[in-house]
Amino acid sequence: MTALDVTGLTVDFPQPGGRPFRAVDRVSFSLRAGRTLALVGESGSGKSTVVRALSRLVTPTEGEIRLDGARRTRGADYRRAVQMVFQDPFASLNPAHTIGHHLHRPLLAGGKARRGADVQRKAEELLRSVNLTPPADVARKRPHELSGGQRQRVAIARALAPGPQVLLADEPVSMLDVSIRLEILGLLDRLKDERGLALLYVTHDLATARHFSSEVMVMYRGEIVERGPSDEVILAPRHPYTQLLASAATGSGVSREEARAARAARLAARARRDAERREIVVGDGCRFRPRCPLAMDACARRPPEAEVGPGHRALCWLPAGAGTAGSTNSCA
Amino acid sequence: MNDSATHHSATENSTANDMVLRAEHIDVAYEGYGGARPTRAVRDVGFELRRGELLGIAGESGCGKSTLAYAVARCLQPPARLTAGSVIFHARDGGETDLLALEGEALRAFRWNKLSIVFQSAMNALNPVTRVGRQFDDIFRAHRPGMSGPERRERARALLDMVGIDPARIRAYPHELSGGMRQRVVIAMALALEPEVVIMDEPTTALDVVVQREILDEVERLREELGFSVVFITHDLSLLLEISDRLAVMYAGGIVEYGPCERIAAGAGHPYTQGLLRSFPELTGERRALRGIPGSPPDLRGELTGCPFADRCERAFEPCRTVAPRPVPLPGGGYAACHLHDPDHIAAAAGPLHEGSQS
Amino acid sequence: MTATLPTATPAAPERAAGLGLLRLALRSRRLALGLGVLAVFALTAVIGPWLAGDPDAVSVDLGQAPSGAHWLGTTQTGQDVFAQLVVSARGTLVIGAAAAVIATVVSVVIGIGGGFLGGVADETLSLISNVFLVIPGLPLVIVVAAYVKGDGVLSTVLVIALTSWAASARVLRAQTLSLRGRDYVLAARVYGEKRWRIVLVEILPNELAIIVSQFIHAVIFAVLTQAGLAFLGLADPAYLTWGTMLYFAQNAEALTGGAWWWFVPPGLCIALLGAALSLVSFGLDEVLDPRLRTRRPRKGAR
Repeated sequence: MTALDVTGLTVDFPQPGGRPFRAVDRVSFSLRAGRTLALVGESGSGKSTVVRALSRLVTPTEGEIRLDGARRTRGADYRRAVQMVFQDPFASLNPAHTIGHHLHRPLLAGGKARRGADVQRKAEELLRSVNLTPPADVARKRPHELSGGQRQRVAIARALAPGPQVLLADEPVSMLDVSIRLEILGLLDRLKDERGLALLYVTHDLATARHFSSEVMVMYRGEIVERGPSDEVILAPRHPYTQLLASAATGSGVSREEARAARAARLAARARRDAERREIVVGDGCRFRPRCPLAMDACARRPPEAEVGPGHRALCWLPAGAGTAGSTNSCA
Repeated sequence: MNDSATHHSATENSTANDMVLRAEHIDVAYEGYGGARPTRAVRDVGFELRRGELLGIAGESGCGKSTLAYAVARCLQPPARLTAGSVIFHARDGGETDLLALEGEALRAFRWNKLSIVFQSAMNALNPVTRVGRQFDDIFRAHRPGMSGPERRERARALLDMVGIDPARIRAYPHELSGGMRQRVVIAMALALEPEVVIMDEPTTALDVVVQREILDEVERLREELGFSVVFITHDLSLLLEISDRLAVMYAGGIVEYGPCERIAAGAGHPYTQGLLRSFPELTGERRALRGIPGSPPDLRGELTGCPFADRCERAFEPCRTVAPRPVPLPGGGYAACHLHDPDHIAAAAGPLHEGSQS
Repeated sequence: MTATLPTATPAAPERAAGLGLLRLALRSRRLALGLGVLAVFALTAVIGPWLAGDPDAVSVDLGQAPSGAHWLGTTQTGQDVFAQLVVSARGTLVIGAAAAVIATVVSVVIGIGGGFLGGVADETLSLISNVFLVIPGLPLVIVVAAYVKGDGVLSTVLVIALTSWAASARVLRAQTLSLRGRDYVLAARVYGEKRWRIVLVEILPNELAIIVSQFIHAVIFAVLTQAGLAFLGLADPAYLTWGTMLYFAQNAEALTGGAWWWFVPPGLCIALLGAALSLVSFGLDEVLDPRLRTRRPRKGAR
């Protein structure tokens, strides 16, 4: 059962005195109930803009968002059905209000509870479901009295209050201490199973993306460059950018000697001015081209989405096969 | 090694010759407001930095790792203050300096010349209205008054080149550089006077993985070329396992485990270190049930009784809540401040010392 | 997996909060001093007029220096200066507070409204506040006051309020612009909170500190402006304030005649009130922002 279908989502931001900046470029995907889709990318890749477009905080320039097949993103029903968890739990709770307030408001606004004892009871239920106990005490506290992990639990409870079908988690653990990250991700995972949520997990961390999601999409400068089952994409990446990300990630369980050898290889391979090349603006072609070690003439045109395995696709000329043909042509 | 285990200090037997910095019994307190109890952020911590090595200090927010580094570099700002301890710097030429006795001009000169520090958000601290070259110039003017203008410019260009930035960028303003390039500039500035010790406080945390990796590679290369020592502070233990020679893990203001990187990677002695290692899922390894460390660190105001980690430790036993653990030397080097390894308490503990496999 | 919070929560949070506020106030000497002086003035304004007697009552002692019968002497027409001073406290504070309340309300509505709504509404409201900001304040006050002269206290209050809201509105607009993009405001939008509720419940409480500080400065401005207007004879002379006292003293040539007891006390009161309000403002900043707290370096600190 599909919960949310996104087709050709494009978001442009106006720029003073110039062409609008395209933060998200023709992105399509589906979120399904009870499944987690990970959206991986670096800062500036547009992954947060995707989340904001889905939660109606920014208006898409183009594209279609369908909730259970219906195109109704303006009404209160959509608001109730699609909720999000923000990255920074220190910014996403209002310092002026108690934890209880943060849960009462969405419960009341979404018509999920009546004023008085009912809303209190439901708020306490929510707190219990995110393992904040004793709930009555927690509800009386203010955000500054809680730790980062506890705040993020409150933020998750708030997102659950309207009874959503879709939960968008925008880097939900990157601001938290290492030791509690897995607890929070585990909590999201459990809630997804219990409530049949369709979960979009936005992150820059390949390792947790692999462990907590069934499918992964990799985003680079507004485009989805690779997507597929999470083990396929992360263990056997086909797009050069995904390969670069995977090689840069820590915790690959290598020894120090191996790490040192890998470093030497990287240093040798890396073009000297790589840091500057990433800022080059490319026209129509592959956006990764200026940094790509395998770039060729064909890359000046927009690459097709090539099927590289079952359900595994990469936005690249290489696996598309046309790359070799293209280069041969140009050589000839 | 035995006598070193009598106090909370990460010192090991080593000749004075290959040692650059030795800190002992460091205590730092943050004064409380309006009669509140002071927060004892660093509690009786010591470590030793060898020439040319990279010492990693790992720990979560609030564990005191940055405070410790600032204390050693004499950069603490009120309300934080150093309440006890000693820091001795051993220069390459054999001279010894007591850092805590330095004042005013002598301290200022020492800080750039012998020891420099790269702050967490240093890349955002570059002066936005002056060109990069001018900021190098200021350092040389202040510390190398004998250098001529062309000499200063030449040196600045060489430094930029060294960290992988086009020397022509000397005319750039900070905002014209990306975050990663600004961080490279900051590192070049820290190395400008060829210090013997560089303290790096989360130097790559704000950067993307790919850029972070590039900068770390650069730091490693420079360290091999120039031979300076690094104290590298981060919350990312998995990163430290790849780059550091030795590692100190801090918790609740103290070092709970210390030792060669290989030993800790192969088998961490302290349950907190084990928990931290567990908290980083492996990119390529088997999928397994993932869990972090439940609970949160203790309140650092006032005294702690027993082991500060006892409340969160799944292997805590009788003495943990009452007796403060002492550092116990471990096979493979270093120590862990944990009763599970202490022969005086070991009989009471059930189960094996090390968790099955840490790989 | 369960993150349990310490259960030692005080039973009565409301009362604890009240006590905490008091303790907070005592933590800053400036705040305590300012509030103390302010309390004395307020008390004088409330109950003083009943105790001090009729300020307009004329006695046979004309232009007397301070004595046992007349603590602060008498005016040229034989009125008791102390009684006038006490009664004027009420008039001054009423005008100051009323003008400040109106100015603050206007600045909150225009500043926060513009900042939150954005777009054309913001442009329009910004334009209005900028116009009021660039018009020189005192001349405008004088012109308007001269135009409506004799219409009583209300016109004075309105004139002062009209000329003092614009700067606060700009400050509040800037703050609202920043708060509008905060995650907790976005979160409220995501769960479908109504706009007026977002403004009143999510944004406004976080600007209270600024509003209070702007209000205090508005009171100072209003008291000083009123004194100035009255001194120039542009306020209703029948309504007794420290400003009108100065006006009468000036007309009676008290300054050149050496009748210092007539003009020094009201002048001193104005200065003292301004100082007390400034102390409260600084003190609040100090209490609310820990970085501003004065620190005494301790011996032996390295």
